Amino acid sequence: MSLQTTERPTEGLFPGEQEFQSQLRVRRWRAFLFQGFSLLMLTIAVVALATLLYTIINDSFGLTAVVNQQDPEDVLAGLGHDPATMTMADLSYEELVALLETTLSSGVGRRLEREQRFFEDRLVFESDEVWMEICAESDPPPGCTIGPRGSASVLQLVNERVIAPDVIDSYDLVPSLTNPEAFEAEVRQGFEIGRYGDYEFDQVSFEWRAWFNPTFLTSPSNSSPELAGIRTAILGSAWLVLFTVLFAVPVGVGAAIYLVEFAKPSRLNDFIQTNINNLAGVPSIIYGMLGLAVLVRALEPITSGSLFGVGGSDGRTIISAGLTLGLLTLPVVIISSQEALKAVPDSLRHAGLGLGATRWQTVRSQVLPVALPGILTGTILAVARAIGETAPLILVGAAGFITADPTGPFSAFTALPIQIFQWTSLPQEEFRNIAAAASIALLVLLLTLNSFAVILRNRYSRKA
Amino acid sequence: MSDEQVEVESASDPLQKRARPGEMAIRGFLFICGAISIAVTVGILWELGKEALLFFQDERVSIADFFSGTVWQPQAEVFGILPLVLGTVLISIIALVVAVPIGLAAAIYLSEYATQRVKSFFKPVLEVLVGIPTVVYGFFALTFMTPLLRSWLGSSTVGFFNVASAGIVVGILIVPLVSSLSEDALSAVPDSLRQAAYGLGASKLEVSLRIVVPAALSGIAAAVVVAMSRAVGETMVVTLASGAAPRNFTLGEDALFGYILNPFEAAQAMTGYIVVTASGDLSYNTIDYNSIFAIGLTLFFMTLGLNSLSRRFVKRFRQAYE
Repeated sequence: MSLQTTERPTEGLFPGEQEFQSQLRVRRWRAFLFQGFSLLMLTIAVVALATLLYTIINDSFGLTAVVNQQDPEDVLAGLGHDPATMTMADLSYEELVALLETTLSSGVGRRLEREQRFFEDRLVFESDEVWMEICAESDPPPGCTIGPRGSASVLQLVNERVIAPDVIDSYDLVPSLTNPEAFEAEVRQGFEIGRYGDYEFDQVSFEWRAWFNPTFLTSPSNSSPELAGIRTAILGSAWLVLFTVLFAVPVGVGAAIYLVEFAKPSRLNDFIQTNINNLAGVPSIIYGMLGLAVLVRALEPITSGSLFGVGGSDGRTIISAGLTLGLLTLPVVIISSQEALKAVPDSLRHAGLGLGATRWQTVRSQVLPVALPGILTGTILAVARAIGETAPLILVGAAGFITADPTGPFSAFTALPIQIFQWTSLPQEEFRNIAAAASIALLVLLLTLNSFAVILRNRYSRKA
Repeated sequence: MSDEQVEVESASDPLQKRARPGEMAIRGFLFICGAISIAVTVGILWELGKEALLFFQDERVSIADFFSGTVWQPQAEVFGILPLVLGTVLISIIALVVAVPIGLAAAIYLSEYATQRVKSFFKPVLEVLVGIPTVVYGFFALTFMTPLLRSWLGSSTVGFFNVASAGIVVGILIVPLVSSLSEDALSAVPDSLRQAAYGLGASKLEVSLRIVVPAALSGIAAAVVVAMSRAVGETMVVTLASGAAPRNFTLGEDALFGYILNPFEAAQAMTGYIVVTASGDLSYNTIDYNSIFAIGLTLFFMTLGLNSLSRRFVKRFRQAYE
């Protein structure tokens, strides 16, 4: 055999020197092109991420065209102050309340006062007799019991109700920086075609606005974008996470321990394992439908709280949504905990069992402590994913417009991603701005959680 | 003290297995934890199946029309799922066209070319892309991708809601999935294969494309199929960017490329329909309520099929190299 092959004529089988060199050049050139191509593709991924972040930041800050119901300078001058040296924040508490008193209708004023009174010793909008009467009722408004408002709260009220800024148009960050005149021209043009209704161009002032600001984080939702905030949504998301973790972590880690430490290969256990892998691939919206059918509808007496004599009328509550997210997170927690448990060397188990410990004793005191950082990392990542989920929450009825903070497991709720979704789907430009600002809040929260997980992973993987 | 006594007692019969109620209880609890996952699957199938059955039992619906009808008009009580499937499939295909070249090339670069330093720059980027919630991608599609497409191709060609924008953004969303799964497959190819090829004088490109990629092909196929399943089930981008109107069509009458497959017009996807219907006033036991479960069940089996296909690919790949 080998003799025959060596006898085969080599003429024409191998290229000549010149041909070889030119082929080599082509091959090298191709290799170079390909390397460039794949690097380009990777760069596209980076560019996509950068563009996404750019879009969000671009929409969260920028110039706005504002029409104030009352100009702050006029208000200050009206009170006998010099607008050049003072701002609204420098006004005294009494002056601010007086401003509210002159501007607000008595109905609105009474409502505000019932929420929280302005002075300890006297009433502004309500008469003493009526106040005594409503406070004697079986369910008195909060103003009867809690102390007077602080100056920050009153200043905010004055801003909302007296100055009442109305953002009629907004501009993105980058064009605001590079070409602010174009915005003014655009607004002027808008007035010519009557885009802004009854306002006049003279009333407009151009102001910088950070849509993502401390007030935004701490105000409840509102139907007007300049006053809306995400406090309700943040609190809602926090409640949801609580229930997600309470359900998914014990059950998920338990299932992982069972599968890794106890289950002998059997048909049932194989089936459980395959099933978990399948569940991990089920789209989140399907979990939402499961939550809708089982938790919201079938278990309504429990999830609405009516069985316990608390809560509202239907099952579209925090506990339903939290458990839905828990079901959704469960397979991820199980799989990552399994990985962490499998990474624990068998020698530890053998040592424990060899000393006469039972399986559970070995698991509890030998295996779990070693696997814990890995389990925690996986859990944090799974929870971070749950916080960003939107579709299942819509299915289980995250209510449309909620301004009241959630009070417990049985209250209606909204969540950060839901707010982003609702604001994004509204046509007004300013809602885009606050959707972007809410996205920043959500991303910061998730990045914090993720980096926490990464730090945890790095610290413990170095030790191992 | 009492422990010692137990020890002594049992020592008389050392080989006897002792009943340990505490141990059994814990074991039982752990088994129940594992079994809950089965309950979840059963729950999904039961609830979706039950409501879908109610839907199909309704006299206004026939199963044959549901799976073959090309008009979805719940108001007029016409229920043909194909327009919604069309939306889903169009978006998924565009997503794959975007994600497969990027993800695969990225995987090849990271596994075959990149130095440790390059890796430590790109990998976190891909991880961050995974961590961004889909609703933020939806915002991105609507405020960046759609205006971009409209300014490039003209707002008369590209609708405000369109399939292309949703598809591209879903594509970006699944790039990390394609790249990380493909990279796993590529790096599982034994080095001996690479070394043999280098020994024969192959260039890095030839090693990558002619040796490593073919060797990892079933792993890569698994990655692509999983990505497809993810794109099919993706909800928020699709809801926000591709519109709330199903693309009803009549085969033969409507232009195939001008209308039916046109990526620049709106087409509601299956997930989009479910979300839009559920976010309105939805009362139980109506045909609308039942219809989302029928669609959900179809979606469930579509993704289940894709995921099982992917697992079969992975199994074949594992058999070859482990």
